[in-house]
Amino acid sequence: MTRINVRVDGVTYTDEVEPRTLLVHYLREQLGKTGTVVGCDTSNCGACTVHLDGRSVKSCNVLALQADGHEVTTIEGLATDGRLHPMQQAFHECHALQCGYCTPGMIMQAIDVLNENPKPSEQEIREGLEGNLCRCTGYHNIVKAVQQVAGTGEGERA
Amino acid sequence: MTVTDERSTAAGPEVGRSRLRKEDQRLITGRTRWTDNIVLPGMLHAAMVRSPFAHANIRSIETEVAEQAPGVITVVTGADVKDTQGAVATAWPITTDQKTPDHLPIAIERVACAGEIVAVVVARTAAEARDAAELVDVDYEELPAILDGREAAEDAVLAHPSLGTNTSAVWRLDSAESGTGGNVEEEIAKARTDGIVIEREYRQQRLIPSFMEPRSTVVDPTGEQVTVWTSTQVPHLLRFLIAATTGMSESKIRVIAPDVGGGFGGKLQTTAEEFATLAAARRVGKPVKYTETRSESLVSGHHGRDQYQRLTLAASKDGTVTALKVDLIANLGAYVGLVGGGTPVLGAWMFNGIYKFKAYQFNLRTVLTNTTWVDAYRGAGRPEATFAIERIMDELAAELGADPLEIRERNWITHEEFPFASVAGMTYDSGNYEAATARAKELFDYDGLRREQQERRDRKDPVQLGIGVSTFTEMCGLAPSRVLGSLNYGAGGWEHASIRMLPTGKVEVITGTSPHGQGHETAWSQIAADRLGVPFEDIEVLHGDTQIAPRGLDTYGSRSLVVGGEAVVRAADKVVEKAKLVAAHLLEANAEDLDFSGGRFTVKGTDQGIGITEVAAAQFTSHNLAEGMESGIDADATFDPVTFSFPHGTHLCAMEVDTETGGTRMRRYVAVDDIGQVVNPLIVQGQVHGGLVQGIAQALWEEAVFDEQGTLVTGSFVDYTLPTAADTISFLTDNTTSPSTTNTLGTKGVGEAGCIASTPAVVNAIVDALRPLGIDDVRMPCTPERVWTAIQSAGASAGGEVSGGAQPHFDEDAPNQDGPEPGAAEAGQKGADQ
Repeated sequence: MTRINVRVDGVTYTDEVEPRTLLVHYLREQLGKTGTVVGCDTSNCGACTVHLDGRSVKSCNVLALQADGHEVTTIEGLATDGRLHPMQQAFHECHALQCGYCTPGMIMQAIDVLNENPKPSEQEIREGLEGNLCRCTGYHNIVKAVQQVAGTGEGERA
Repeated sequence: MTVTDERSTAAGPEVGRSRLRKEDQRLITGRTRWTDNIVLPGMLHAAMVRSPFAHANIRSIETEVAEQAPGVITVVTGADVKDTQGAVATAWPITTDQKTPDHLPIAIERVACAGEIVAVVVARTAAEARDAAELVDVDYEELPAILDGREAAEDAVLAHPSLGTNTSAVWRLDSAESGTGGNVEEEIAKARTDGIVIEREYRQQRLIPSFMEPRSTVVDPTGEQVTVWTSTQVPHLLRFLIAATTGMSESKIRVIAPDVGGGFGGKLQTTAEEFATLAAARRVGKPVKYTETRSESLVSGHHGRDQYQRLTLAASKDGTVTALKVDLIANLGAYVGLVGGGTPVLGAWMFNGIYKFKAYQFNLRTVLTNTTWVDAYRGAGRPEATFAIERIMDELAAELGADPLEIRERNWITHEEFPFASVAGMTYDSGNYEAATARAKELFDYDGLRREQQERRDRKDPVQLGIGVSTFTEMCGLAPSRVLGSLNYGAGGWEHASIRMLPTGKVEVITGTSPHGQGHETAWSQIAADRLGVPFEDIEVLHGDTQIAPRGLDTYGSRSLVVGGEAVVRAADKVVEKAKLVAAHLLEANAEDLDFSGGRFTVKGTDQGIGITEVAAAQFTSHNLAEGMESGIDADATFDPVTFSFPHGTHLCAMEVDTETGGTRMRRYVAVDDIGQVVNPLIVQGQVHGGLVQGIAQALWEEAVFDEQGTLVTGSFVDYTLPTAADTISFLTDNTTSPSTTNTLGTKGVGEAGCIASTPAVVNAIVDALRPLGIDDVRMPCTPERVWTAIQSAGASAGGEVSGGAQPHFDEDAPNQDGPEPGAAEAGQKGADQ
């Protein structure tokens, strides 16, 4: 077991972890941060995406040890002072979720996409979300939600 | 921290409004209750030991080493729980002599597919359980395995030797025998001499539902009841089948489907994992959790589709269809799933599509193989049928050199002809194929894209444009209990709702449907709000717990709104009837003199009135009820439809096909669906988008592949390639509306429409792009490699053993007509140069 110090959603934790423990398992099982979920075992689905020092990472692809001394933000730490993050609000307004299982990772990744490129084209949004799988929405409304936050929505062609 | 909804203050009826979803708040903030999030005091964790072999006898299972591993409580084998583990059941034996092999949750003597559970390790942590599972030593005697459905039909190798055959059942529908049409052989013979006969074989590749939430089960046996939390579409069916197969009293079982992360039919099952976890928990007397890995999910969750479809279509010389004969081989995998045998049967009423055939015959052979079992996947029988008919209608159009929409229009049911009795014996409730098609053509710019297609052909552009058409119908609303009974199905098709009028003015709607992403909480609230005249916000929809919603038949087959939504309507109407009597007493009026509107009872011709929520409060206190009146205005209702509903639509797809690389790119996709009355347009569009991408994925990317040993090669998301945002486009969607006549709301069901319609639209588009090269089929998924190979072997039919099919439009001067030398770099280069 190894000792780590991690700040997660604004709270500092000191914990003993097995060296093999993945960050996502640490978050879920030791901290109870069950908003972050596991969808695959090959780093394909992105359901476990969180921010590590402000950049998106797949938390199944990071050891808890590697988070030592760093700051993690999960879906549960996104809303501040009782107010939803604009990306959460946009996912709601654009019906960008159905079952909601991919949603935490998708929202965290979508925020990262806009941090990198505040005014992305539709194609840039789609490529930015390529590492996150959704089986319900066909991505249509997820892309719309990101466009809404970016202020680049072109509206539906019709 | 609440979601804001500025649309909530708008006036007017709730039904038809794009209400933002009630469900979203917890899902976007991570306050979810997925089964894997549940933690109970003293809870242990299970890991499954699974067979790596497709077919093998189990000689022995050595568990001692595993049992000594750190944290391991016990290792449970099938023999340990042989009298209590229950069985994975089949609800729908399609014939009385169907061969249905016993399906034990934990195999004891033999495994019939890779991934079958042979032992369960129970340990303190999930990691310890998984580590110890590696230490269980199983001695297998490998047996020959049969994998392919068509080969299985020959019985050379048997999936279950004791059955003596791989054929599970043979099922037939014949329009002459059933009196719904003419003799199919006579019509085909007539067309052979004086008409057109098109014969094709299509392959419905095997798919994996791939819901995003891996399946998870927590069983708590410590209370008086055993409580099972599980990621399922069917909590009510599971409770019934646990009782029916384990001998436990049904009243001692509570099943809860908490937040469930997608299903698509993949969770329309009572699984070996659920029963194995139950057996382990009962054995150790402690709560046990099992959550599958994605790799386990892909090999052990049931698969979908997997059919060989042989079609013979007869038409007169002018392209009027006369007869359709379908010969189907459906690979069920190793076992007959909950509705696995019946899934291809659902196609029996759909192969004829929206067309007026005189004669029709459907012959089905279901076969067992040593592969993962196959059951319902989004559309379940109907996408397979729709694909085949919509593909072969394009072949008929090509044969005649006609526009595929013109050929369809010549043969489809016109809007004046509804209700229409189909040649397969179904009555289509309502529809307007002309209207949906006209709207789709307009949105698509059909004529403009046809012009561009011609220009590209004329200039021999290496990137050709194809336009794909799919004018589909489907049957929704599973289902009339009487019909299910006549098909030998083991349950009914009704749905139940209860409405509780709480004294504070709030309303609880309890539904027997079990949503997992569909937005029932929102839509049911809209329905009840209109019916009861109470605010949308004051309604709480409860579901997915057999203790809270004791009666129900769950969610699948686009049935929830059509059947379950109507049950809500009827329960609400009963509440109003009961409340009216209380109101009449309180208003000192006759019940007949009361009007009910906007949540208020008023005495005709006066300004006297009382709100229904005030009535609810009055019956709570019961201080002033009429003499002899029973307190309470809550009501239950069960709805059982008389027939199915038949949504339809016209989908148009434009695909660019690079004839040099085989690469394809979707240019435009238009879906105009007629699903009857729409309760919530926002949710409907979402259902269509998601369905479209699943259907498009079948056309372009997804296939479950086994190697010769029966090992699933596409065993992770690295190899089973779900589409990403970067692979897909934004869609153009719209609705036309022909209200259903099967329920008072006029709804038809939308959950499967997109998935059913889109697959043939995409493949038709790709084939349309390549048809000048003499190509009449590309086998799904139409990967660049397959498209490229088809181009390289152009002139030979790409569909393999397809017979018939003249190619009147085969252009001798078209490029890429080198000999069939797939993979020959020189040939490819030559093709590319032209």
